[in-house]
Amino acid sequence: MDMNAPFYQFGMFDLETALAIAFAIGIGFGFFLEQAGFGSAMKLAGQFYFRDLTVFKVMFTAIVTAMLGLFWLSRLGIVDLSLVRVLPTYLVPQLVGGIIFGVGFVMGGYCPGTCCVAAVTGRMDGWVHLLGMFAGIFVFAEVYPMISEWYSSTAMGEATLSQVFNLSPGTTVFIVTSVALLGFSGAEFVEGKFKRTKSQS
Amino acid sequence: MNHMIKPRPYLNPYLAGIGLGLVLLSAFVIMGRGLGASGAFTSVVAAGVNSVAPTHAQSNGLYREYLNTPSGNPLKEWLVYEIAGVLVGGFISGLLSGRIKRTVEKSPGFSTSGRMIYAFCGGLLLGFGSKVARGCTSGQALTGGALMSVGSWVFMIAVFVSAYAAAFLFRRQWT
Repeated sequence: MDMNAPFYQFGMFDLETALAIAFAIGIGFGFFLEQAGFGSAMKLAGQFYFRDLTVFKVMFTAIVTAMLGLFWLSRLGIVDLSLVRVLPTYLVPQLVGGIIFGVGFVMGGYCPGTCCVAAVTGRMDGWVHLLGMFAGIFVFAEVYPMISEWYSSTAMGEATLSQVFNLSPGTTVFIVTSVALLGFSGAEFVEGKFKRTKSQS
Repeated sequence: MNHMIKPRPYLNPYLAGIGLGLVLLSAFVIMGRGLGASGAFTSVVAAGVNSVAPTHAQSNGLYREYLNTPSGNPLKEWLVYEIAGVLVGGFISGLLSGRIKRTVEKSPGFSTSGRMIYAFCGGLLLGFGSKVARGCTSGQALTGGALMSVGSWVFMIAVFVSAYAAAFLFRRQWT
């Protein structure tokens, strides 16, 4: 079979069509976020009190599904992986950004995508969260000229886990999938334990 | 608005995850890129600042990056259209499942005003953090996670560790 995906990278359609596709993909994204229960901050925050580990389960199932799909489509010669944009790594800024993001997540109850779903399903705190996010991005942009040097530090290029651990992509996919499956059984165990202690008290 | 319909239970988390994963995979296969959210909001902020203070916006490297799009219009961007879709998709799902409800998410004992302050400040921190990390749970954790990007996995682990570490401070809001 001829390798001709990603379709857009092979010039199969123009920008206008790409934007229509973006809208359609967004509908699917928003639909499944809401179906998972991510329009509710109480459900999302439950993750951090061991009450409800849906965030972990949904996130890692999605990662493993897309990762396995992409791996096999590339292995079968359908997708040219070199044309799929891997995000470049800036180690320290991403670590620091993650720490700030984590505090914001448990404080505000949503992340940027889920607060959209919360807002359109009537959650007033979702709208306020959205406003706060705009403010945070504005503050970052205003201080950006002062931190731009640090922002581009510890650059590692398009580094992947296979490269840094010196493993083949197939082995890395296998390890990530196994760890996720172990994580899922761990998550079920923790949730079961939480329910038992709750019903005893 | 849907007080006649009883809210349906949420979808099984693994099925919802497979659904999200297939949406992400379709973005990889059709476009050669993944999903995102914070980038769309940055486009909106950049367009807003540019309409109020164009000289200021053009002097800032970050705004410039989001203003100089291939189409010339900062809002005619892939992620902006994708997030417009997220708003519609979330609404459709909520409507079909009877979950559209004007409410505030918090534990019953926590005040609404306190919740709104936390929602705003949390959003602010998260918006700032997503820019520092060059992406959020969509662009970094899901997309970069599936592409096995080192920085994305570092970001994801940092988010979970930090949220668990800070959870104690916000327990009254959620438990």
